[in-house]
Amino acid sequence: MVENNRWGNLLAHIILIFGVAIVIFPVYVAIIASTHPSGTFLRGVMPLLPGPNALENYKTVILEGRSRAGTPPISGMLWNSFVMAMAITIGKLSISLLSAFAIVYFRFPFRIFFFWVIFLTLMLPIEVRILPTFQVVADLGMLNSFAGLSIPLIASATATFLFRQFFMTVPEELMEAARVDGAGPMKFFKDILMPLSITNIAALFVIMFIYGWNQYLWPLLITTDPEYYTIVMGIQRMVTGGDSEPLWHLVMATVVLAALPPILVILFMQRLFVKGLTETEK
Amino acid sequence: MQTKRMTFSSKWLPYALLAPQVIITVIFFIWPASQALYQSVLRQDIFGLRTEFVGLDNFVRLLNDPLYLNSLNVTFWFSVGTTFLSMSVALLFAVMVNRMIRSRDTYTTFLVWPYAVAPAIAGVLWWFIFNPSIGIMPYMLKGFGYDWNHRSSSTDAMILVIIAAAWKQISYNFLFFLAGLQSIPQSLIEAAAIDGASRMKRFWTIVFPLLSPITFFLMVVNVVYAMFDTFGVIHATTEGGPAQATNILVYKVYRDGFVNLNLGSSAAQSVILMGIVIILTVIQFRYIERRVNY
Repeated sequence: MVENNRWGNLLAHIILIFGVAIVIFPVYVAIIASTHPSGTFLRGVMPLLPGPNALENYKTVILEGRSRAGTPPISGMLWNSFVMAMAITIGKLSISLLSAFAIVYFRFPFRIFFFWVIFLTLMLPIEVRILPTFQVVADLGMLNSFAGLSIPLIASATATFLFRQFFMTVPEELMEAARVDGAGPMKFFKDILMPLSITNIAALFVIMFIYGWNQYLWPLLITTDPEYYTIVMGIQRMVTGGDSEPLWHLVMATVVLAALPPILVILFMQRLFVKGLTETEK
Repeated sequence: MQTKRMTFSSKWLPYALLAPQVIITVIFFIWPASQALYQSVLRQDIFGLRTEFVGLDNFVRLLNDPLYLNSLNVTFWFSVGTTFLSMSVALLFAVMVNRMIRSRDTYTTFLVWPYAVAPAIAGVLWWFIFNPSIGIMPYMLKGFGYDWNHRSSSTDAMILVIIAAAWKQISYNFLFFLAGLQSIPQSLIEAAAIDGASRMKRFWTIVFPLLSPITFFLMVVNVVYAMFDTFGVIHATTEGGPAQATNILVYKVYRDGFVNLNLGSSAAQSVILMGIVIILTVIQFRYIERRVNY
């Protein structure tokens, strides 16, 4: 530190504490709202202190849902989100590892061409080709299925680039040694490359899981059967699906449950998360 | 592009390894994109029985459609607002946190987690806080004599979605700014301090210019985020309203394609969006190439 200004530091702390409070505020309000009975929201301003109904509200949303607004119990939606997020994450990681391996460790005709085909996915996010993608998935009979929810999203240029980058830094000698010892390409991949990549895989896993869990537009398009609703898109049905004002205490209980898994992932794996985030973008 | 000096030799294995990725890309990315291109030059009659080739007519109509021009305008202000708000707040936090020694990690932990919140959920949270009848913010604003209502006021609705979209993005910008600040050589700052430059002066003449590559990179990322990843924010809250005030391009494509079933127009809008993404991606990658030589 150049200079140590006591008042300046105090001011910085005050700004930061104030800032953190603002950043946390929306989630605090949601948690508080989820502990109140429905009557609280009929009059006056929203509560800022906890109410007595936490257990009851969470039990209602998890086990019963709101049949009137057409939303099933959210235990099912949580499970769907989890399956979708895991399928997307594992799918992305495995196909990207394989393609990066092919691009770095083999020389073959059209190598550069394939690289560009993969690169193209970066330029075509789902939001810009909504209708035709929906048609393809409908034609393949993948509406209302876990395959439809995950497979169209698992192509990944960023993961492929990251693994390519990493493979390029792996010492040549490892491969030469493996070949001298008579290991084939797949054996080398499985026993040498994979163990070396484990930190990178873990870091990407965190990012991809959050990406998968937070999918919104895609599940909204291809699921019409409540059986396959995911939690993030299900909330929208709760807010607008009912008549008149939403039942805020139940909506907020659902919001808390929907936001919790990815937040926990970040808090417990902060180091990996930061690594994954900064490296996928560079 | 490089490979390893020594490579494995196999006629079929590399193709087999690439197959899953390439097949998915072709079926779910390239084929639909080419369909969008194809449909953008066609028009269906209202019953969907006949389609005819209309050339660029869909595009001409679109660019003469006041609703589409309005959507372009809305998207522009929404992107600028979101990018500016989230980046300036994040920069302030990053500069403050960078001064701290012992409490740095604690503050970082408190500031990174909103990244995990889905845009739709961020939307619902702020929608609740700003709810005109029970929300805490309208209640406080009333104290200042402002009557908040995002259901009827276009400005209020726009401010609401910008806050919701920016809030979630602060974590991301914060992490990148903090990393940037930590990579600035301390000696430069010390030299300026010895020459008598005040803290503010040092920030604006040394730190901020040195951060400019990161600032530029974040600007591109944030504009992409605001344009393409905020569908959930709009859909879960204002649904484009009131009176089209928050109808951003991505939401309009969805509405026109899925709700109004106007295939030709929706496809033409998709093609324009693709053009925008391609330009932004190229800018982003050229920047990254430049930074390698930096």
